[in-house]
Amino acid sequence: MELLEQFAAGDLEAFEVLFRQHQKEVYAWIVRIVRDTGIAEDLTVETFWRVYKFRARFKPGGNFRAWARRIATNAALDHLRHARRETALPENLPCAARPDSAVRGEARDRIRKAFYELPAKYRLVATLALVEEESYGDIARAVGISESLVKVRVFRAVRMLRKKLNFLGVGVTAK
Amino acid sequence: MINEEPNKETKELLKQAIAPARDAELRRDLWPQMLARIEQQPHPLSSVPWFDWALAAILGAVLIFFPRSIPVLLYHL
Repeated sequence: MELLEQFAAGDLEAFEVLFRQHQKEVYAWIVRIVRDTGIAEDLTVETFWRVYKFRARFKPGGNFRAWARRIATNAALDHLRHARRETALPENLPCAARPDSAVRGEARDRIRKAFYELPAKYRLVATLALVEEESYGDIARAVGISESLVKVRVFRAVRMLRKKLNFLGVGVTAK
Repeated sequence: MINEEPNKETKELLKQAIAPARDAELRRDLWPQMLARIEQQPHPLSSVPWFDWALAAILGAVLIFFPRSIPVLLYHL
């Protein structure tokens, strides 16, 4: 019996093998969304817990990586919906601004504040599309929506962000 | 119509304020936590709240002592 079949049948050892194969990738995906390494670790465990719990729904011929990524995205989205908006960037993520950045200090804080105030579903696609530069296709597959809807959400997120930034006094050209 | 490329100015501002997290790596094995989570899984029967058991007991008692209530119950289901 193949690994995925063993996993779907409830074999804990097969699940452990899959966990060890995919935990880094799932973690890396989640940390891009939630931007906090500690929370990303917890959500990685939560993701695999859901994977294990719903193993019977997985078709052994299917793509485990894509399935796990989608579950991870849902877990991260659940977190964004329930977490406080003013989540600070942890220090162990890369520096928030490049040394040559034109955006410094207070302006950077305002941009981050405005960004973290976006509704979760917009913040999710905006983070992946604008900050992480993931393709619309990858985002669509991970979130479980069409590419067109990803584009709509990114467009709306940018519009909301511009409004907020103008309100906060960070000049962004209206379009 | 939705622009293919969102407002570049906003995107650039965002990228300067929030750096990509592509290089963030998992530094420890999470399997022990995963295993603990699986072992914490409650028994299916023990995860049913006591209130649900109480309701089921009351319903059972009503059906035993007042069998004529069965058609009424079925009607309302």
